[in-house]
Amino acid sequence: MLEVRGIESSYGDSQVLFGMDFTVGTGEVATLMGRNGMGKTTTVRSIMGIMQPHGGEILFEGTRIDGLASYKVAQAGIGLVPEGRQIFPNLSVRENLIATARKRRGEGETWTFDKVIDLFPGLAPRLESAGNQLSGGEQQMLAVGRALMTNPQLLVLDEATEGLAPLIRTEIWSCLADLKTARQSILIIDKNVAALTKIADRHHIVEKGRVVWNGTSEQLRADADLQARYLGV
Amino acid sequence: MKDVIDLKSPANILTIIVVGLCAVVPFLAPALGEPFYVIVFARIMVWAIAAVSLNLIMGYGGMISFGHAVYLGIGAYAIGILAFHGVTSAWIQWPVAIGACAVISLIFGAISLRTRGVYFIMITLALAQMLFFLSVSAERYGSDDGLNILARSDFGVSFFSLEDNMTMYYTIFAFLLASVFVSWKLVHSRFGVVMRAAKSNETRVQAVGVSTYRYRLTAFVIAGVMCGIAGLLQANLERFVSPDMMNWPRSGELIFMVVLGGMSTLFGPVTGAFVFLMLSEILSTWTIHWHIIFGPFLVLIVLFARGGIAGLLTPRASRE
Repeated sequence: MLEVRGIESSYGDSQVLFGMDFTVGTGEVATLMGRNGMGKTTTVRSIMGIMQPHGGEILFEGTRIDGLASYKVAQAGIGLVPEGRQIFPNLSVRENLIATARKRRGEGETWTFDKVIDLFPGLAPRLESAGNQLSGGEQQMLAVGRALMTNPQLLVLDEATEGLAPLIRTEIWSCLADLKTARQSILIIDKNVAALTKIADRHHIVEKGRVVWNGTSEQLRADADLQARYLGV
Repeated sequence: MKDVIDLKSPANILTIIVVGLCAVVPFLAPALGEPFYVIVFARIMVWAIAAVSLNLIMGYGGMISFGHAVYLGIGAYAIGILAFHGVTSAWIQWPVAIGACAVISLIFGAISLRTRGVYFIMITLALAQMLFFLSVSAERYGSDDGLNILARSDFGVSFFSLEDNMTMYYTIFAFLLASVFVSWKLVHSRFGVVMRAAKSNETRVQAVGVSTYRYRLTAFVIAGVMCGIAGLLQANLERFVSPDMMNWPRSGELIFMVVLGGMSTLFGPVTGAFVFLMLSEILSTWTIHWHIIFGPFLVLIVLFARGGIAGLLTPRASRE
């Protein structure tokens, strides 16, 4: 579904990505893991067209998407749950969800307003509350719900559980597991190895702007040295 | 944002009083021996329509246009120039005025919306001043002195003539109500939701698959047309147009009316226009140096009444 081939991206003179390579298959849950500052969010920004890579190529469903404007990347079928959630604070929960709603292209489960509320029942009593009146957990659920409302073929979550209470984290992981069961392709950027190895099919460890290891959950769990070296676990 | 207007909020009660006053002034003012206030209220309503249109892009869309009064001028000059050439039919004048505003705002919007922040402010100012100087140099149409309009737009029916001052007044009143209604419908549609989302975080809106440029440009054109309608009403009301209508201080005053009444509020611009123009009217009868009082008052409002009059009268918890 998503093929990232040797992309290189920079912030001005400072290069961050040095040939990032990985793929996400249809219906697969893949992760990008690594310590802070290794280029995970830059990879997401490059995929989403928020910044343009100066080398390599990105293909989505066989079509090159690098160089496209971010709204065209999203329209192609990639939904982003950004780092820091970034919901629209001046809109109500309902408006946040309908603002960017789009019908699904191709096959698969179609997400509607009601379905999103079923997935996150905690949002139901808060529909008329402004985005800035929600707790961190509610904001995160709203951010995931907003991305689902674009009916993405690939859902990208950048640090989805950062700064959340353990109980809320568990809820988010549980939702992602439900989405996996529904054959939603997902790319997760996170540091929570224990949770990720339970729901993801494939992991990619990022170090200094490139993928230095990839493998299954079993392989990652079994390699304590790898976890210690690259993930600080 | 609630879809239902809270008629019990103090800010909205004030607006209802203002609108109610506008509705009865043609009867009330002559009865009180002050018929002059009929024309004052008619002017206030025209400016309120223009302020409502600016609020649509500035309050809800974050586009601070410093050249919005140019559409007042375009709407007014369309009427004035056609009348000068003997075309007085409203069925020709009004579509031409609205069409001209739509085309010019489309062109200006297409150029200026490629910029952001202070550059957007400066480019809207520059484009508007371009037309201002064009009107100043148009000697045939009165240049600096402006252009008198001998007859108001003629709808060609006996039961509706703008030459009748009462009809003129209530036509403006109807357009004011219509502009607020259109603004309310737009802001609560998906179009308005996207516009407000883009005001909050444009990059994020694009990252979820929406081209904000098209939305912003559409809003810019709608606001331009709405302001142009205010211009054609003003031309008919005053029977006069001049370049001063589209000069930059008028755009500044429009911005101030919106800020004074309360940006991003439905009725704020109406209240703002009312307070701004009434205050300047009243103060100017006291002293010729009325700006000395008016200026500091405006500064105090900006400093201490974040959210304008609507903000002052609205409980903090229920603000957007």
